[in-house]
Amino acid sequence: MPDTATPPGPAASNASLRAYLHGLPGVDEVGVRERAADLATRSVKTAAKGRAIDLAIRMVDLTTLEGADSPGKVRAMSAKAAHPDPADPTAPPVAAVCVYSDMVAVAVEALKGTGVRVASVATAFPSGRAPMEAKLADTRRAVADGATEIDMVIDRGAFLAGDYRKVFEEITAVKEACATAHLKVILETGELATCDNVRRASWLAIHAGADFIKTSTGKVAPAATPQATLIMLEAVRDHYAATGRRVGVKPAGGIRTTKDAIRKLVLVNEVAGPAWLDPDLFRLGASSLLNDLLMQRTKLATGSYPGPDYYTLD
Amino acid sequence: MAESGKRAKGARGSAAERSEDAAGRLAVRKTYKLYLGGAFPRSESGRSYPVTSAKGDHLANAAAASRKDARDAVVAARAAFGGWSSRTGYNRGQILYRVAEMMEGRRAQFTAEIAAADGISRTRAESMVSAAIDRWVYYAGWTDKFIQVIGATNPVSGPYFNSSSPEPTGVVAVIAPPEAPLLGLVSVLAPVIATGNTAVVVASERAPLPAVTLAEVLATSDLPGGVVNILTGRLHELAPHLAAHADVNALDLTGAGELAAGLEEDAAQTLKRVLRPSGDIDWAADPGISWMTPFLEVKTVWHPIGV
Repeated sequence: MPDTATPPGPAASNASLRAYLHGLPGVDEVGVRERAADLATRSVKTAAKGRAIDLAIRMVDLTTLEGADSPGKVRAMSAKAAHPDPADPTAPPVAAVCVYSDMVAVAVEALKGTGVRVASVATAFPSGRAPMEAKLADTRRAVADGATEIDMVIDRGAFLAGDYRKVFEEITAVKEACATAHLKVILETGELATCDNVRRASWLAIHAGADFIKTSTGKVAPAATPQATLIMLEAVRDHYAATGRRVGVKPAGGIRTTKDAIRKLVLVNEVAGPAWLDPDLFRLGASSLLNDLLMQRTKLATGSYPGPDYYTLD
Repeated sequence: MAESGKRAKGARGSAAERSEDAAGRLAVRKTYKLYLGGAFPRSESGRSYPVTSAKGDHLANAAAASRKDARDAVVAARAAFGGWSSRTGYNRGQILYRVAEMMEGRRAQFTAEIAAADGISRTRAESMVSAAIDRWVYYAGWTDKFIQVIGATNPVSGPYFNSSSPEPTGVVAVIAPPEAPLLGLVSVLAPVIATGNTAVVVASERAPLPAVTLAEVLATSDLPGGVVNILTGRLHELAPHLAAHADVNALDLTGAGELAAGLEEDAAQTLKRVLRPSGDIDWAADPGISWMTPFLEVKTVWHPIGV
């Protein structure tokens, strides 16, 4: 798909970005919805389900992004990230915890030596409405505190106004501020209104240097819809075909049940391919999902349904 | 009897159920479904099973719930527990009385169903329906009184005010007695929800139709969805999953029959409250408070005085 147009370089003008993004093939919305619904009917049971659950746990970005977050809550969540099920040491740790930038130091301290990474939201999350200097300072502070992954939000106002150059420059500037940290770019698909916009934003973020593209902040509904996830998976697949670079995808927001998570894994396998079934290339941004995954895991192991009373309150 | 497959058509056994009546009008037959979370879904498995009268005539096909329906029922009951248990006893009483009012309007339907299922006369069936309605009124009266009767202020040797009050246990799985499809069902269900618990009921496998009709009554009685969930189907298939389910807090084995011992063992894994009545129960007798107390937890508070 990207062969049909010249990908924008770092010096691309707004006009050439616009020409490129609007030259991308349109999304067949009905087709995408049907394809996603069709893939959601796949039945994953018993041993395959067990493997899917463990993979999903390893892909979870355990997230707390509330105004009421306290160091205590971040420490408790970090402990859970490293040892999700204290009663069952075979339960794998999650991929990362995701916190606000002022909580990074607490999380880094709590997760020392566990292998669980620390991700921080930055750039005036969740709205993205702040001066550029503030966004960059936010990012540098999080990286300096030890965050190895940065979740930035794009300026949806500029994107919807057609100022693609501004969005592009912001992503490249934040990528530079990240230094070695991985950059996840949140498109907030719930505010982009159309499937075509989701595709355009995906390509824009990929060309600007994103290591991951992420559906949503979790603060806007609808969040990680199957359609948006599917369109983004298509973009990273096509980008890999064109350039050989693999970009990751992270659906976030509204993924609460094991069934939701497994459906996402089916989408990944069928759309992007099995290479993306890896915590380095696919993540699930969630908070309540982990308990449901652990309960389903226990159900498979013991045969009887566990209850939420036996798991932490997050 | 074979389980019928997906989307089983209504059977054509009895004369009353022909697809056309004398005037040539197409009959509108009822699909007997489950009652989960205030809605009436078919079984997730798509299965149903034939229900026959005492004489062996085919009455209907009832939904054969699966273990996933049982799980969904527990989820619905858990979700409803917070709201239902925090209502005032007075309000729960109003709703239970409303159930009695709604049943009164369905008297003829209940009577016909019981007469067919148990092979008893209309007069006898009618008196069973009356007793079932009265039982709702009985427990409606208890909702705001059981705390005074069961609770206590305790004399203690210290400067404390010490009081004990009963609180609902949580989600109660109820296995309804097979021999009394309506009066027995109401007699085990009403005391559970009167005190603020929520219930997952496995209806009489032999005669589930009065339970389905009761579900329709409950759905129109201001009872919040999920407080009562009614499953119809094979008891031996459903009961072990409910007994072992960690999110079920208590188990009423009244109708469990020979399965009771095994279910008690399953329930022990998660330290459930278990009620296993012994001997024949006279459903027409005055129930007292003995059906409410097994599903209550007593909370005792020590409060310093003289400060």
